[in-house]
Amino acid sequence: MDVNDAHDVTQAQAGDELAFRRLVERHGRGVFQLAFRLTGSEPDAEDIVQETFLKAFRELRRFEARSSFKTWIHRVAVNCAYDLLRQRPRRKAESLDAADEDGAQGGGIEPEADGTSRPDRLAFGAEVQRRVRTALELLTPTERTAFVLRHFEGRSLVEIGETLGLRTGATKHSIFRAVQKMRRALAPFVGTAVGIGKEGLEPGCSAGL
Amino acid sequence: MNHLTEEQLVLYHYGDAAESAGTASIEEHLHACAACEADLIDLRRTLNAVDALPVPDRGDGYGSEVWARIQPSLNRRSEPWWQPLQALFVPRRIVFAGGVLVLMVAAFVAGRFVPDLQPAAPDGQEAGAPAANPQFAAVEQRQVRERILLIAVGDHLERSQVALVELVNNPAGPHVDISDERRNARELVFENRLYRQTALTTGDQAVASVLDDLERVLVEIANSPARMSKADFEKVRTRIEQQGIIFKVRVFGERVREGSVPSPVDARVHG
Repeated sequence: MDVNDAHDVTQAQAGDELAFRRLVERHGRGVFQLAFRLTGSEPDAEDIVQETFLKAFRELRRFEARSSFKTWIHRVAVNCAYDLLRQRPRRKAESLDAADEDGAQGGGIEPEADGTSRPDRLAFGAEVQRRVRTALELLTPTERTAFVLRHFEGRSLVEIGETLGLRTGATKHSIFRAVQKMRRALAPFVGTAVGIGKEGLEPGCSAGL
Repeated sequence: MNHLTEEQLVLYHYGDAAESAGTASIEEHLHACAACEADLIDLRRTLNAVDALPVPDRGDGYGSEVWARIQPSLNRRSEPWWQPLQALFVPRRIVFAGGVLVLMVAAFVAGRFVPDLQPAAPDGQEAGAPAANPQFAAVEQRQVRERILLIAVGDHLERSQVALVELVNNPAGPHVDISDERRNARELVFENRLYRQTALTTGDQAVASVLDDLERVLVEIANSPARMSKADFEKVRTRIEQQGIIFKVRVFGERVREGSVPSPVDARVHG
């Protein structure tokens, strides 16, 4: 654990409120980023940050320094966000289908290779971001949480499984389902393969497993 | 032979393929199979697009803003060193401590002067003559003290049970106000601690153990925010129900009130 964190955690556990303040100041931004990625909403992320640190303050005595404070506080945030996601009504797949019809016209747009900021390139980027946001909203709470923890946080399958109460196999499957849904949703924008074309390309591929 | 599945590609991308097909054999396949290689490139392009999703920037002072928002909700405040001691001398606690003191004195007097409570004397010794054997007299005094303690604990457990039942039966709206229950829990924590320490001193492990479990729940309630979201409240309620603390307190309280919980002295004398 970070030396400053270790010291401040010990002090905070002994009742030093200023030490806890330093922990909040040091980890507030990171918790916000994680909460935003998990929820996709600034107001929700702000609520989660607040709830996370209040909960951490109440449960700090249970923290045993087996992991770093950052890992622990992020886990508290994930639990808060996971609860919120489960309460929140999820977007239906039809909302993406409707967007597909609009997006189909833009399916052939390719960004400029020279990196120039042409208006159509900016519009393309904004559209991709909108599609990513929509695609993330289609994921189940478990898929989204597992994906964010693996993709952005770089957590191991075991850690994610422990956080979500899943076995490793189910954790893998949740991440796979999330990526699969993202690929389907973003196919018109980032490529065309998405598991298609293999049959037609090399019927006699001999290098399989 | 088969192409790589989409799941294998995802696992390979995140470095989790070792447990299934194996990273080396997947790499070997990718070198030889253009279709699977193209699929992997496509997968990575998708994930790069996800990476490009911006996260709103919060400046360096964000942590301080968060602190300013949560600080009023924290139960503990920066206090001078004597502040916690001052809390011990609120009138209600003084009355309670006085009550306990009176009980202890009564127990001492009763143990010393009430002959009916003495156990049967050993062979050759006349019953009702405590002074004849100081060891027996001491045992009697302790028995009476512990009986009185158990009566007080029974009363405390009953009140704790009522408080917990009221809490879990709170009507769940979008927000739940538990300020009354929290205040109640704070009072009960103080009493609970006193009884638990007394039980430990007298060696009554069974009573101390139940009071220890109860204290954890009471402390959690006492330190909870007065106004909780429905989700938070449900979590507290679930935790209380999962621990079975209400059932434990009720059963143990009934046993204490019925006198079926032996005091440690009883256990040593008769067991």
